[in-house]
Amino acid sequence: MVRGIHYVQQAKLLNTSTFRLAIIYLVLFVTSVIALLGYIYWTTAGNLNRQTVLAVNTEMSDLAQRYRSGGLPMLVHTVIQRSRDPRQSLYLVMDNRGNVLAGNLLDIPQARTTQDGWRDFTYIRLNMEGQERRPGIGREQRLPGNFYLLVGRDVKEVRQIENLITSSLAWAVALTIGLGLIGGLIMSRNMLARLDDINRTSREIMGGDLARRIPVSGTGDELDQLAENLNNMLEQIEALMIGMRQVTDNIAHDLRSPLNRLRNRVEVTLMSEHSTTKDYRDALERTISEADYLLSTFNALLSIARAEAGNSRESMEWINLTDLVETAAELYEPVIEEQGARFSLAVEKDLRLFANRELLSQAILNLLDNAIKHGGLEGDIAEEIVLSAQRIDARVIIKVSDRGQGIPVEERARVMERFIRLEASRNTPGTGLGLSLVAAATRLHGGTVELTDNEPGLTVSLSLPAPRE
Amino acid sequence: MRILVIEDDLEAAAYVTKGLRESGHVVDHAADGEDGLSLALAGNFDMLIVDRMLPKRDGLSVVQTLREQGATTPVLFLSALGEVDDRVKGLRAGGDDYLTKPFAFVELLARIEVLVRRAAPEQVQTKLQVSDLEVDLLGRKVTRDGQAIDLQPREFRLLEYLMKHTGQVVTRTMLLENVWEYHFDPQTNVIDVHMSRLRGKIDKNFETPLIHTIRGAGYSLRAAG
Repeated sequence: MVRGIHYVQQAKLLNTSTFRLAIIYLVLFVTSVIALLGYIYWTTAGNLNRQTVLAVNTEMSDLAQRYRSGGLPMLVHTVIQRSRDPRQSLYLVMDNRGNVLAGNLLDIPQARTTQDGWRDFTYIRLNMEGQERRPGIGREQRLPGNFYLLVGRDVKEVRQIENLITSSLAWAVALTIGLGLIGGLIMSRNMLARLDDINRTSREIMGGDLARRIPVSGTGDELDQLAENLNNMLEQIEALMIGMRQVTDNIAHDLRSPLNRLRNRVEVTLMSEHSTTKDYRDALERTISEADYLLSTFNALLSIARAEAGNSRESMEWINLTDLVETAAELYEPVIEEQGARFSLAVEKDLRLFANRELLSQAILNLLDNAIKHGGLEGDIAEEIVLSAQRIDARVIIKVSDRGQGIPVEERARVMERFIRLEASRNTPGTGLGLSLVAAATRLHGGTVELTDNEPGLTVSLSLPAPRE
Repeated sequence: MRILVIEDDLEAAAYVTKGLRESGHVVDHAADGEDGLSLALAGNFDMLIVDRMLPKRDGLSVVQTLREQGATTPVLFLSALGEVDDRVKGLRAGGDDYLTKPFAFVELLARIEVLVRRAAPEQVQTKLQVSDLEVDLLGRKVTRDGQAIDLQPREFRLLEYLMKHTGQVVTRTMLLENVWEYHFDPQTNVIDVHMSRLRGKIDKNFETPLIHTIRGAGYSLRAAG
């Protein structure tokens, strides 16, 4: 199994985009190295050859000049003189019958190639150890009078240097290719190992382990950034999942009891043999009001879902916020006064806001509703409720305050969640969704909700960004 | 009254049909848009109840076609699509009212009553009168038995709506939609408080009450007797 994975990885390694990239890069690099080395060859070994050719050509024209001015004796004399030092040049002067007249070569050497009068040959040189076969190149010319002249150079040293240069350059190319390949493999393997980490983590998460995170190497490179972004995404998904699970649990819990009551009542009424028509009627009427409560819970959930889905943004328009707040106040004022509480309203004139009228109204009504239900002390009725709306710089602040017992600091974040009802208010009617809708509606408008202490009581402030039209 | 119900959910249709028949209406039912359209064009109905999402031809298109043919029969949309945009689409297509599922049957009945009455050609009224209660719509004045009654602007609109639908049942939702233009139900029953205030001004000092609570449904303003 482990071996199998290993092979798969080997095959994968050659198949990775990093490796392909490394190979492409290597090919480009080797091509430029070869071009560079070619230039080096041309300037070193090539230059040696060119100098040899130049020397031979100079010597040849010099000798031809002497022949023209001094005839054969002059030529023979010069050649004999110059032939004394065999390291200098190679010479051969022959008549048309093949007799050697002068020079340090014994015969026309066996030519390997002949091209434009140039010969690439091997000659035998006598030295202290005996005979030695050495390479040389030379140029031959027929002189007037059918004499044969060959001027050449010994190229043993040049050839040696040339070979040295050629082989080092070949090695350099081989080394470049080898190191490049190894480097590419290592690079791809590192890359692959890190990508494999990401892949493995993804598979584990798909397998259900949502708590897994992709390891971050700490170098802050682009793979780290990718890993961090993915981790942040996972963080959010996990939070959403937990939220969803909580909501599902809460729905199950909060809807199960009314559904259960509803079912029991119907069941008991049907079971009893003494049930009268009036009993049936009563049971059905209470069933309807129970169903209405369930429906209002669902409607509230739906409103929140709509606000969160964000497509309510499409139905936003410029509205007169002053009107909206005043209408809400007017709707609730009699209810608040009926309860014996004072109500005051402070709205700035001509507040305009780009908003979803329906959701914003609902949010404000929910806040007023909460103030009525929870704004009293220890079950007492609310004492005073204040609704205000004003512009502060580029924001509109809508506030609802009461004089009740408030919400403890540590509970403030929690009450925004769905279905959260604090113990103190378990027995008042309500769905536990009011503030969740307020939070969702505020988020939709790009604003924030803040719960603060009204000393005593609670102040809920909606801060909404309100650029001028 | 002859009512055509175009609804593909057979159980929901059976429930609506049964309820309407028990309320004394004559009801026909079509299960898809095409049938519904041809029945509506052929039959002489006083009222159409149309679901939005129907097989073969959707409710919006049924009503649009009817209106293009010149039919003025009142149409009430019944739909699970309850967003403000959906409501606007329904009314633009030629619907006269829009009720979101799930709904209370009394709500449906009350709205049918209102729609059918409205279908009668309505002359521009400047004065409304029920028994000894008079409302001057131009002068914004209310008198009962000759005594002036001082109303807040919203109370005036509330009374105006009730007076325009004298003898009919108006539900709390209808009042919220027409007087406050809210298309959702606030959690507390705020309408009851407003109605009791209005009653305090209209009925309290007079012998015969005009505003009546209809249990489980809403309110009705009508003359005694």
